[in-house]
Amino acid sequence: MRPRGGLAAQRVRHAWWMAAPMLVVLAAVGGWPLLRTIWFSVTDSDLSSLGDYAFIGLENYVGEYGLLASPDWWQAVGNTLLFTALSVALETLLGLGVALLLNQPSRLRTLLRAALLVPWAIPTVVSAKMWSWMLHDQFGIVNHHLLALGVIAVPLAWTADPQLSLFSVVLVDVWKATPYMALLILAALQMVPVDCYEAARVDGVPRWQVFRRITLPLIMPGLLVAMIFRTLDALRVFDLIYVMTSNSRDTQSMSVFVREQLIDFGLVGYGSAAATCLFFMIALLSIVAMGLLGKTVERAAR
Amino acid sequence: MSAVNAAEGSARTSQRRAAPGRRRFPCGPIVYWAASLLFIFVSIFPLLYALSTSFKQGSALFSPTLWPEAPTFANYSGVFTEQPFAQNLLNSLLVAGSVVTLSLVLSLMAAWAFGRVEFRGRGLLLMLILSASMLPQVAVLSGMFELVRALAMYDTLGALVVADLVLTLPFTVWVLVTFMRQLPKELEEAAAMDGVGVLTLVFRVFMPLLWPAMVATGLLAFIAAWNEFLFALTFTLSTEARTVPVAIALISTASGFELPWGKIMAASVIVTLPLVALVVVFQRRIVAGLSAGAVKG
Amino acid sequence: MSRIELRGVSKDFGNTPVLNDIDLSISPGEFCVFVGPSGCGKSTLLRLLAGLEDPSAGEIEIDGVLVNHLPPARRNVAMVFQSYALYPHMSVHQNMAFGLQHRKLPSDEIERRIADAVRILQLDSLLQRRPRELSGGQRQRVAIARAIVRQPKVFLFDEPLSNLDAALRVHTRLEIARLHRALGSASMVYVTHDQVEAMTLADRIVLLQPLAGRRGAPSVAQAGPPLDLYHHPANRFVAGFIGSPAMNFVDARVKSLGDEQVVADASGMLCAARLSSQGLTPGEPVTLGIRPEHVVLGQGPQRARVSHVERLGELSHVYLDLPGASTPLLAKSPRDDIAIGELLAFDFPAQVMHLFRSDGVAQARGAACTATRSGRVKSQWYEPS
Repeated sequence: MRPRGGLAAQRVRHAWWMAAPMLVVLAAVGGWPLLRTIWFSVTDSDLSSLGDYAFIGLENYVGEYGLLASPDWWQAVGNTLLFTALSVALETLLGLGVALLLNQPSRLRTLLRAALLVPWAIPTVVSAKMWSWMLHDQFGIVNHHLLALGVIAVPLAWTADPQLSLFSVVLVDVWKATPYMALLILAALQMVPVDCYEAARVDGVPRWQVFRRITLPLIMPGLLVAMIFRTLDALRVFDLIYVMTSNSRDTQSMSVFVREQLIDFGLVGYGSAAATCLFFMIALLSIVAMGLLGKTVERAAR
Repeated sequence: MSAVNAAEGSARTSQRRAAPGRRRFPCGPIVYWAASLLFIFVSIFPLLYALSTSFKQGSALFSPTLWPEAPTFANYSGVFTEQPFAQNLLNSLLVAGSVVTLSLVLSLMAAWAFGRVEFRGRGLLLMLILSASMLPQVAVLSGMFELVRALAMYDTLGALVVADLVLTLPFTVWVLVTFMRQLPKELEEAAAMDGVGVLTLVFRVFMPLLWPAMVATGLLAFIAAWNEFLFALTFTLSTEARTVPVAIALISTASGFELPWGKIMAASVIVTLPLVALVVVFQRRIVAGLSAGAVKG
Repeated sequence: MSRIELRGVSKDFGNTPVLNDIDLSISPGEFCVFVGPSGCGKSTLLRLLAGLEDPSAGEIEIDGVLVNHLPPARRNVAMVFQSYALYPHMSVHQNMAFGLQHRKLPSDEIERRIADAVRILQLDSLLQRRPRELSGGQRQRVAIARAIVRQPKVFLFDEPLSNLDAALRVHTRLEIARLHRALGSASMVYVTHDQVEAMTLADRIVLLQPLAGRRGAPSVAQAGPPLDLYHHPANRFVAGFIGSPAMNFVDARVKSLGDEQVVADASGMLCAARLSSQGLTPGEPVTLGIRPEHVVLGQGPQRARVSHVERLGELSHVYLDLPGASTPLLAKSPRDDIAIGELLAFDFPAQVMHLFRSDGVAQARGAACTATRSGRVKSQWYEPS
């Protein structure tokens, strides 16, 4: 319905007034800083004199010491992608399992849901510290029990060993983020009509087949949405890696790299270039994901 | 009776209806119970272990028993005496409180506009708001740094309130829009007949009806602001201006060699227990809020 | 005093016309009922008066003031919604007071008005309850009370009884009629799809017809006192809508024309109708109409076989097979001993016959009883779809 003068137009005017404060704030704290970051990325600005900079074009990206020529940057990109792929894959599988547990009417349900929300609510910094302590090479409970069980012969340096540290980070992320995944999948599961299960039961379809042939196809769109959300989230990981492994090159994610350049080294221009790269990567991925998702949802609807 | 209550009510009835044939889990009961118990154990064990460690001191720290042999509160008192942890807690509370209040007020108003009025550009703006929730924090970091300095807010809590809004606003708007849409149209028309202005309509008619959604959304925003680390780490410098996540991340001993794990765990427990209590009490609402933001979009 | 005037009012949603070319005038204190089948736009018309929708064209005046773009609260109207739309989080008392507080009325005045409404609608014991603690009928009364305390010049009712069960509906109908008498000077505009409500409550009925497939035709099929619409339907649509069971229609051709007399031939059955013959020509195809209660059974020149009987106790519905007609003729009879298969004599009295030309327009009664006592009936037409 198109507003055409009078009351409808007045309502639309009110709507703009009501939305305006939020839009202004969001533009000021989101849009504007983003534009400034992109602008900084083509300057040689540094932290000690933010306002005093010169335009240097794409020097920060493709120059001799530019981002694309930096092995550290590519290492950070690789770390981030590996971290994202591993953690999202594991979280999807485990999240699906946990969601199925939660979808089953049972006396355990409330307890399960409470247990689910605990890792989710714990601040990332705290969970990073807790796991760092449990994974401590000398006094950690994990090494203690693995040694006692004879699984390993010598204590492992979970967070310091370059071979292990990324997997340790993934482990903690899986522990922390699986609940969120499970909740999103649960929401999709609960939209599967109860009749479907009952009809399958009347027909004597085995439970595993019910899951494979009925449940899974029906929750596919919801599952994909959850995976996309988690992927976009994992790509910008910062807290966990920063707290568990500090600025170590072996685990450094793109976000950690950006902050190191920006704040620790004071290279605002260079750091902003890295931030801009991360931003466009995520933006591109979101657009592709939306397109794919749109198609899947359409197919599912047909 | 609110939309949220109604939705929950219908979920409950559908469960009751499902009671006779309630086998939805794809494996047998043994697998169900084993998997459930394992999951519960893995979920809460790290917290229990942290709790245990927080009561240990000295060499007891290095024995991995769950029950501390000589429980001590030294770590807890140490946390408060050796650094301004009480101040840090207060800071976190102030920041999270302000962020929640601002986010809820701004997004409730906006949710009326986006949820109940059709206007040109609405879809595009909603998409923009949704994509703002995908924004990596570091992508706004340098711009935000400049903004915070320009506002003379560097090393103050104000900087964190301003910065955290970019994290909370997109999803508070999104969630409240979905709930706002479910309210009956006639209620708004009755208010129009009563000559009620838009602000009164939103805050005196709709807000009381949306309180379950407000609680859920507010809790999500609270947790986001309470847990926020990157901005807090970057925009504050002095120990007195830190929030708890930064304080915990930066706890160290005077010698700086080995970390004081007992104190770190004590601080972690202090920060986490209220959160866990909130989450367990409001679990239904939180789950409703999380899924409203994600699935119905 | 409030006089509502609508001039050339139309409303469309996008490309879908909902209301077209409505001219209407509602007098002070009048009880006016908008009735029609679903999709005829009756609720939309009410919402136009309320100010909840903008008209696409035309003018709406209340009390001589053009209100087209005036917000609802400044039109001096009050509305009772089909779903009641009570504020769920407020007590009955707060529901009534809320709007008044916003008009900055002094609190003793608010209390006085609420006390009046409570007395009229017997809500004393419910004042502190929340809407969800009330039954459907009680909610309905609170919704009406909320309208009363506004002391509006016009009350708007949007299908207020449709959510109530049958017994309560009759009771509340009486209560609304009583309320109308008690409030005297206020006009009431009432929307319903139920013709019994319309006939029993209305001073005047405005019968609307759906616009689907009739682009350009006006929405109002006929407006007038209930009995006018019953006795003098302006067209076939009105004739078929008002009256229950519905009027019988029989295809026929004009046989001969006299002074105030038309004779038509319906598959060999000759029927006389005491109507103006103006404009008719012999041989013209027409439709005859007669209400079931007007068919005379057991005497007369015609004969037909009974195909079905419904015995309702107080009377029976008798279905007769007419030669050449696709649907049986329905007649009401006080007898309950008529058997299926019986051959019955029947008659169509000439003075109760209706006749519609091929465009649906009714042939007027003679000068003795003018068809348009209400005065404002425009010539309407109806196309069988």
